[in-house]
Amino acid sequence: MIHSLFLVSTAGHIFLEKHWKSVISRSVCDYLFEAQGKASAPENVPPVIATPHHYLISVYRDRIFFVAVIQTEVPPLFVIEFLHRVAETFQDYFGECSEASIKDNVVIVYELLEEMLDNGFPLATEANILKEMIKPPTILRSVVNTITGGRELRSVFAWSVAQGSGSSNVGGTLPTGQLSNIPWRRTGVKYTNNEAYFDVVEEIDAILDKSGTVVFAEIQGVIDACVKLSGMPDLTLSFVNPRLLDDVSFHPCVRFKRWEAERVLSFIPPDGNFRLMSYHVNAQNLVAIPVYVKQNVSFFETGSSGRLDITVGPKQTMGKTIEDVVITVHMPKVVLNANLTTNQGTSTYDPVTKVLVWDIGKLNQQKVPNLKGSLSLQSGAPRPDENPTLNIDLRIQQLAISGLKVNRLNMFGEKYKPFKGVKYVTKAGKFQVRT
Amino acid sequence: MSTNNLSYNEQGGGAEPAVELGQESTPTASGSTAAAGLFSTDFKKNEDLKEMLESNKESLKLEAMKRIVGLIAKGKNASELFPAVVKNVASKNIELKKLVYVYLVRYAEEQQDLALLSISTFQRALKDPNQLIRASALRVLSSIRVPIIVPIMMLAIKEAATDLSPYVRKTAAHAIQKLYSLDPEQKEHLIEVIDKLLKDKSTLVAGSVVMAFEEVCPDRIDLIHKNYRKLCNLLVDVEEWGQVVIITMLTRYARTQFLSPWREDALFDENSEKAFYDSDVEKEKADSKPYMMDPDHRLLLRNTKPLLQSRNTAVVMAVAQLYWHLAPKQEVSIVTKSLVRLLRSHREVQYIVLQNIATMSIQRKGMFEPFLKSFYVRSTDATHIKTLKLEILTNLATEANISTILREFQTYVKSQDKQFAATTIQAIGRCATNISEITDTCLNGLVLLLSNRDETVVAECVVVIKKLLQTQPSQHSDIIKHMAKLLDNITVPMARASILWLIGEYCERVPKIAPDVLRKVAKSFTSEEDIVKLQTLNLAAKLYLTNSKQTKLLTQYILNLGKYDQNYDIRDRTRFLRQLIVPNEKSGALSKYAKRILLASKPAPVLESAFKDRDRFQLGTLSHTLNAKASGYLELSDWPTVAPDQSVRNVEVKEWAPSLGKPKATKSDDKFYSDSGEEEEQEEEASESGSSGSSSSSSEEESSSGSGGRTSCRLCCLLSPVFVPPKSHELLHRMSGKGLAVSYHFPRQPCAYSHRMVSVQLTLTNGRDQPLEDICVGEAGPPGIAIHRFATIERLQPEASITVSMGIDFNDSTQAANFQLCTKTDQFSVSIQPAVGELLMPVTMTEQDFLKEQGQLTGMNESSVTITIAPDSMSSQPVGRKVVSVANMGVVPSSQNSIHRFAAKTVSSGSLVLSSVVLQEASTAKLVVNTEKTVLGSVLLRELKTALSQG
Repeated sequence: MIHSLFLVSTAGHIFLEKHWKSVISRSVCDYLFEAQGKASAPENVPPVIATPHHYLISVYRDRIFFVAVIQTEVPPLFVIEFLHRVAETFQDYFGECSEASIKDNVVIVYELLEEMLDNGFPLATEANILKEMIKPPTILRSVVNTITGGRELRSVFAWSVAQGSGSSNVGGTLPTGQLSNIPWRRTGVKYTNNEAYFDVVEEIDAILDKSGTVVFAEIQGVIDACVKLSGMPDLTLSFVNPRLLDDVSFHPCVRFKRWEAERVLSFIPPDGNFRLMSYHVNAQNLVAIPVYVKQNVSFFETGSSGRLDITVGPKQTMGKTIEDVVITVHMPKVVLNANLTTNQGTSTYDPVTKVLVWDIGKLNQQKVPNLKGSLSLQSGAPRPDENPTLNIDLRIQQLAISGLKVNRLNMFGEKYKPFKGVKYVTKAGKFQVRT
Repeated sequence: MSTNNLSYNEQGGGAEPAVELGQESTPTASGSTAAAGLFSTDFKKNEDLKEMLESNKESLKLEAMKRIVGLIAKGKNASELFPAVVKNVASKNIELKKLVYVYLVRYAEEQQDLALLSISTFQRALKDPNQLIRASALRVLSSIRVPIIVPIMMLAIKEAATDLSPYVRKTAAHAIQKLYSLDPEQKEHLIEVIDKLLKDKSTLVAGSVVMAFEEVCPDRIDLIHKNYRKLCNLLVDVEEWGQVVIITMLTRYARTQFLSPWREDALFDENSEKAFYDSDVEKEKADSKPYMMDPDHRLLLRNTKPLLQSRNTAVVMAVAQLYWHLAPKQEVSIVTKSLVRLLRSHREVQYIVLQNIATMSIQRKGMFEPFLKSFYVRSTDATHIKTLKLEILTNLATEANISTILREFQTYVKSQDKQFAATTIQAIGRCATNISEITDTCLNGLVLLLSNRDETVVAECVVVIKKLLQTQPSQHSDIIKHMAKLLDNITVPMARASILWLIGEYCERVPKIAPDVLRKVAKSFTSEEDIVKLQTLNLAAKLYLTNSKQTKLLTQYILNLGKYDQNYDIRDRTRFLRQLIVPNEKSGALSKYAKRILLASKPAPVLESAFKDRDRFQLGTLSHTLNAKASGYLELSDWPTVAPDQSVRNVEVKEWAPSLGKPKATKSDDKFYSDSGEEEEQEEEASESGSSGSSSSSSEEESSSGSGGRTSCRLCCLLSPVFVPPKSHELLHRMSGKGLAVSYHFPRQPCAYSHRMVSVQLTLTNGRDQPLEDICVGEAGPPGIAIHRFATIERLQPEASITVSMGIDFNDSTQAANFQLCTKTDQFSVSIQPAVGELLMPVTMTEQDFLKEQGQLTGMNESSVTITIAPDSMSSQPVGRKVVSVANMGVVPSSQNSIHRFAAKTVSSGSLVLSSVVLQEASTAKLVVNTEKTVLGSVLLRELKTALSQG
């Protein structure tokens, strides 16, 4: 399926190539560069490009193009999903997915790619399995490696010495998960402190129009978990109000039948961090918009200038404080500079990217943050037709805006008492105000 | 690279242009000049790599290989190191070996002769007891693409296809594709292997072998028949990538094997709706109906539905396309929500999903209409996403929602992204033609937009207005009049030109205004842009033909101006038009047709979706995305007109038969064992631990789950009779352990340390008020028993407990294992007495094999007893449950209801242990145990007897 993979930086530098079948010349990437030249931004490069002999399917992520070369028919989503999985694996292994970190760990990257695909078909993509076969780099190990220059001491730090082959980055036996019905979990997990944390993160996607009326709003949520439990725990998570959840997708560990029948999440969790479920809140429920925005952005017909006045305040917050409020405005190209004053937070305007960022911070009832001032336009240029859209970022701790609540978490199968925690956060997703 | 560098160096200065040239053709090869510059160091580097590889120190070798892999990753040539690298192929160090494999796979094709040196190593590794090594040897052997070794590969694949480890079989399935691309002539042999592997019941193998099938012999649909039901049932447990491949293949399969569910009427609709929600009504359904869905068809639809909840977007899309192509029309809409959910995913995912929704929404507006707002465009969307969303919004437009959509479009038209604004105008045009009620509103709106400052927008507007006018010739005049008035204000040349064209085209409908417009432009002719001048000439010519009385002079005037224009295009056009329209003696036959030439009715352009014809491709495919047939695309055939034979899918083995009401337990047991039970190596067995706890929470599910949902399969594996709640035994009492209490149980989980060991889990609890430190296993005995100790527990807090696992090789005897448990201060002697049933591990076999094996284990190897059985145990479930609660045995499918058979192997020596329970009249039963281990056999018999006779 996937013939070759090229990693390309935004500057057009191919810094890694890997072939699973015969070698394909890297000049095939020229077609990508051509498309990149036509597109105004890297995001606008079409994900699927047909070339005379190959097809390029690429994802752009973390300022890197992951370009897969395909020769025959394949579901494009298959490749796209896989490429994202690769990027996530790098992120998981190296803490960040960047050109520098990939270059630094090129050997591990290669070993990973070798395990993830065989003949272009995915082999092992589950993080837990990969980590048993190829150990992630740790600061400790790399320090030891540089000091001793060798491998003598490494066995001390390697996390599984059971097979006697633990003295290497690469495991010598097949991970047990690979063959089991629970491929996502390692066997023999041990922790001294057994903990399970669940973060319910909800995002509000909304479009408000000029007058502040809601054009479109919906709530999307995810439950991210960090489970560090010994043995083979079997968890059950139930909600106070599961009816709110309209459309859900699960980590493969969740027993779907049980959800269908009882609306509880029953699962044997993977070890470590994972996304347990993502959901969409029933569309009938009205979405509470936590902030109001009053804005007036106008450009004058004469005099190459404009005026901007934005006020933000809390609206339906259910008694919680709104934090980390940031308003980002993509100005029209003709706006040269902005001369703005604010009574709270800081505002910066980058004349190169034409982005105005107003970092407000906390919203409190007493003082309503306001940003106003003048915009100077390129002289002689016509007045821009459209007013820019405001993108709003915010965060409310300890609140799931949909009202979703976890009822209880039970554990079966193990004797110890785990420490359990649930956290709620509401964030703005794609929250836009049209002007 | 270094060889190239060498030649550059010899040529000296002459090499430079060559390098530059190379750079021009591939701008990416920016490294090459740098490399040439650094030539000398680079060369030296490779030299010392060679030295490092030839040294004796493993660490140096590894370092060298790491650097070489770095070179390969950068796309630099390291092929000259081949001889030095290939020597290390037999290295003991696994990491080094793996890196050598990476190198080999990359360069073997170029250095075929040298690569042959490594083959014998792989052949040896193929026989290795470690399955990972076997598998990776096969992977590399099949990846090195050296045609000479095709026979060796063929042999290796055939052997691996019958390997006991499913992981190796999976690798074999991958190797099939590799061999096929290397030598297509092996096709026939490979198909045999595929056929064999298709019968495999392991979920691990299923995805890979179907992939091989798709690649090698997608037309051999007959190979699928017998495996169809199995694939459907296994589907939920297959790994996600395999799911995509299998679903795509089954879509094609179903289109050739089942009748179309689309042709019937409302009667059927109702019924299938019901059938859909309640899976058990299948049989009652459609006694008198003209169309009855094949149960296998329904099976596929039902088993794929839970996968819509997958986190893998490719799986969701695959199911969506399956429903689109296979499900009755009214069931398709269940995929909508899931598809809309995918729009929250990555940009690239959105792109593909939107494309597919676009195609779907043309045919089935209703499916996506409730989600109209999910397709609203955000200013931060990428251009191609915006375009697709517009496309969908346009497709979804109906009389009811058009006002909302138009309001939304109004915002888009003002977008900063002018290209997008232009596309929106096109979309408005399409809405206007599709919904006649709003044509006027749209036209008026578009006319207003003509005054936009942006040329792309205006041009697009004019084009759209022009198209709209052409499709609706009745109400021209008003708008044309309006546009004529606008001409005074509009300055954008493109727009002016377009208006002039329109007036010229429809001058007969605005007879009064047209000459006046001509008069106005004649006045400003000299100051107009070229395109406006050209259109002025056109207008003049057309008016001259239709209304020469009023415009003759004006036309003459304009033609005269044009004759002396600076632009030759305009002069040219003037000359041509004059000859054409003004009759004189020189003008030939053409002028007679002037009117017909200039005023020919132009065909109205068609405003339709760009996705109109995409549905000729299967949804979700690359071909669909590209709107062109990709190589290797497999056509989706039309439904057959006559139902093909259904019986081809019948399989003799009962468990996959379509009788869905059948108890689930047996079925999944078989599946589970086929996964792992037959593997000798214990380490490979599935990690089914933890099942113990889930039993209580979800036992009610087992009985209720009628169909093969994801959960039910997994749960049954976990819940299957083999895994009973663990019986905990006390190892050390709190009192005698000075506060340390220890209990143990047998998790019936393959031991991770050695395949001869039984896994034991110890739970240690600190009952003291101070922490216990350094808990470990001290001396152990007796000599025949080997113990794998658990790692020292450094600290156990008061009231805390910890579970550790250890492995004990009991040597197939019930002799107790004695050892000491040490803390920092104390030592306690303890002993673990194994129950005989825990010394076994379950295996599966067919009934025939069972009888054969049993036949060989007679005489002194057989012990039997007749027992009185508790009345409630007469049915199959309790017998099975009781037996496995005592002994870790696997259920063997039995053709008679009164006979239950169980099979296992002893953990340590792997001797077969068979047991059968024959139920007889009057609550009696004959219990037989056959095994070479006679002592063990008699103990087991005794324990089984006690278990079965209890109520």
